[in-house]
Amino acid sequence: MATAVSFTASSIGKKYVMAVSGIALFGFTMAHMAGNLQVFLGRERFNGYAATLHAMPAVLWVFRGVMILAVVAHIVTSVQLALRNRAARPQGYAKKQSLATTYAARTMVVSGPILFFYIVYHLLHFTFNTLHPNYEVTDLYSNVVASFRQVPISVSYIIANACFGFHVFHGAYSLFQSLGVNHPRYNGALRSLAMAIAVLVTTGFIAVPVGVLAGLTK
Amino acid sequence: MRVFLQVWRQKNGQSKGRFERYEASEVSPDMSLLEMLDVVNEGLVQKNEAPIAFDHDCREGICGMCGLVINGVPHGSEGGATTCQLHMRKFQDGDEIWIEPFRAKAFPVLRDCVVDRTALDRIIQAGGFISVRTGSAPDANQILVPKENADLAMDAAACIGCGACVAACPNASAMLFTAAKISHLGLLPQGQPERHSRALAMVKQMDAEGFGACTNHEECEAVCPKEVSIDFIARMNRDFAKAAATFRPPKARGGGD
Repeated sequence: MATAVSFTASSIGKKYVMAVSGIALFGFTMAHMAGNLQVFLGRERFNGYAATLHAMPAVLWVFRGVMILAVVAHIVTSVQLALRNRAARPQGYAKKQSLATTYAARTMVVSGPILFFYIVYHLLHFTFNTLHPNYEVTDLYSNVVASFRQVPISVSYIIANACFGFHVFHGAYSLFQSLGVNHPRYNGALRSLAMAIAVLVTTGFIAVPVGVLAGLTK
Repeated sequence: MRVFLQVWRQKNGQSKGRFERYEASEVSPDMSLLEMLDVVNEGLVQKNEAPIAFDHDCREGICGMCGLVINGVPHGSEGGATTCQLHMRKFQDGDEIWIEPFRAKAFPVLRDCVVDRTALDRIIQAGGFISVRTGSAPDANQILVPKENADLAMDAAACIGCGACVAACPNASAMLFTAAKISHLGLLPQGQPERHSRALAMVKQMDAEGFGACTNHEECEAVCPKEVSIDFIARMNRDFAKAAATFRPPKARGGGD
């Protein structure tokens, strides 16, 4: 146990925590996206899918427990790392030129908090229905369609998921480095894979508000 | 040629520094940047002003002593070279050149552009010794080393410990330096007995010195005068995780004291 504590107290241990919790959260978003896209298969199919999930409360809560753990670990560790990194350079440069970094890498500390607030909003919006008390819990399909027909809501979801795409690109590429799963033969492929994954999840999530606005749902 | 300099001047670690503008005229394009600074300093000394302090030693690009941030790039934009290997022909007549020290909490400024990089020495010291057989010289190829490992170990050992990786990293992380030092022994048979304890001790010291953590910007690799690859950071992470997972405090039951 003492070793586990000192491992997670070290900077490299914290990178492992970020990578492992990131993988768990990413796995969830893939399943979530597959669920979301069923909205295009019609009202019965989509509401049926939601009902199936709610019919298994034990599974649902184990799943949610793992997600809550992963979210807490990911956020707490990222804040610790960000504070450590900030403290490591009290005085910056008058001129600083970047040679290699990417937009996604530089904005991780911005896209992360944006995603946090987005997830809170999203849970209040569709899971707890606090923002729209008149939503019918058993008719998720109508809730989704009614929400995304409002342009401001759709736009905020689209922007948040674009941030998510950048976050996932840098995260997916970097987690292999953090975990030490790295080899010159595969590094190029891993970068392309991270890009493909980022484009896939962003497109998958944005498809729902865009599809509703385009009138693909009834 | 004539250039204008904006140089960081700071009397000591306690005082607040500022940029000072200097003009360097009659600069030969064949001068190195450090030689140009020597000429500027001669002028300052003649005017009874304090010369600009900067670190340098071999001026052959191999010792790792020099290190300035030139126009926002540690060691300047030459690529794969140290500050002393940057020549004035890389600049245009009339250019303004910004010269700053390496910036990191673990590298406190001593004077002007001279910083204290002994934090890196302490990381190496934390690595400790390697067990070697003493006595007469062994046969040259007594211990077999795969060619790939020998090459990789040599790539890591090319690190001259200049600290440019720390200076370039947005998080002032020393992970490329530490990874190079951990890897060059970890790849060789002679480095195996202490491989795990070395990884644990060096990372612990790296954290204690107040360096940041890697967020994979790859800036370190881009400025490294010896072009040490960030692949070594992944190797260090792997070694450290293995060491942390399997570490057992030494416990001698017999044959001890």
